Amino acid sequence: MIVRIATEGQYELLGSDEEVLQELDNQAVSACEAGDEQQFHDSFARLLEFVRENGQPVAEDRLAPSDMILPPPDTSLEDARREFSGEGLIPG
Amino acid sequence: MPGLSGRMSTIVKAKISKLLDRAEDPSETLEYSYQKQIELLQNVKKGIADVVTSKKRLQLQEKSLQDQVLKLDTQARQALAQGQEELARTALERKNVAQTELQSLDSQIAELEQQQEQLTASEQKLRTKIEQFRSKKEVIKAQYSAAEAQVRISEAATGVGEEMADVGLAMQRALDKTENMKARAQAVSELEAAGTFDDLTTLGPGEDDIDRQLKQLSSTTAVDAELERMKAELGSGGAGAAAQLGSGGQAAQQGEAAAQSQPQSPAAPPAGTPPPAPQPGEGQPS
Repeated sequence: MIVRIATEGQYELLGSDEEVLQELDNQAVSACEAGDEQQFHDSFARLLEFVRENGQPVAEDRLAPSDMILPPPDTSLEDARREFSGEGLIPG
Repeated sequence: MPGLSGRMSTIVKAKISKLLDRAEDPSETLEYSYQKQIELLQNVKKGIADVVTSKKRLQLQEKSLQDQVLKLDTQARQALAQGQEELARTALERKNVAQTELQSLDSQIAELEQQQEQLTASEQKLRTKIEQFRSKKEVIKAQYSAAEAQVRISEAATGVGEEMADVGLAMQRALDKTENMKARAQAVSELEAAGTFDDLTTLGPGEDDIDRQLKQLSSTTAVDAELERMKAELGSGGAGAAAQLGSGGQAAQQGEAAAQSQPQSPAAPPAGTPPPAPQPGEGQPS
């Protein structure tokens, strides 16, 4: 599967990594909803780390859509919150 | 929640797709979608140029803040040489704010520099992908049936479109950041012209930082220390120097330190406006 870290690039991961990715993703969302800055920061960092460590960067000449797109690495809790309330860093 | 995909990535992906839908109509012909990619690439180049322009403007503001720090320092010395300690304090307080702002501007410009490099690299990558799309399009047209070609091309177009949306996002973030920085730097540059310290609290978004700085200032430790240092540099401390100067009249008598101040107008008050805090009298020598 292909995962994009927004503003960074695409990585190719194993299909079997999907479950871990979703788990980490949802942990970040829970932390965001709880307004726990430290927890959000940590879980989001773990998610990005997992993608970078386990994924292979997708070749520049490959034209493939992503299966999963993560927010930019410098997303703050505030950004993420706005994201979930509808008017995020990516205008909807 | 097994089986559900990640909520964060789902939202981000949906939004990216939305951006993409706006740019890519799957029913459009191959040629048209290639033309559109080229067009969008031009927008990316323009966006990068905007980031560069904004950065240059910030650098100009940085320079004007540096000048302001120098000027306020000179004015503080002049005021002190004339025995107007409150006026000197006001100048030093403003200098302190300008200096703090200068430091944050410094690191922000560096950050912008880095973003500009990343954007340039992204633009290059996008260019490669569009070129790839162009040649792939020709191969597919020649080798596949219309229906299969449609599927393959549509996937490739989505891949390029996603890349494009992503570069656009990075660019938007860089520009937003620059706008904030410009507004803050501008507000601080105008501080002197506005003549009142209170204006700093009406800076709008991002004012928290300055509020904090102001609180820090209100303890005046840093300003007091600098005031003391300046007094010492001017030759002697406090009232003695004031009395001496009050009768002497010319700041130039204070030798080296005072000579750095503007000799043509030794009586010019800092900022040309009354000090913000209520002071006994105007403090002007008659």
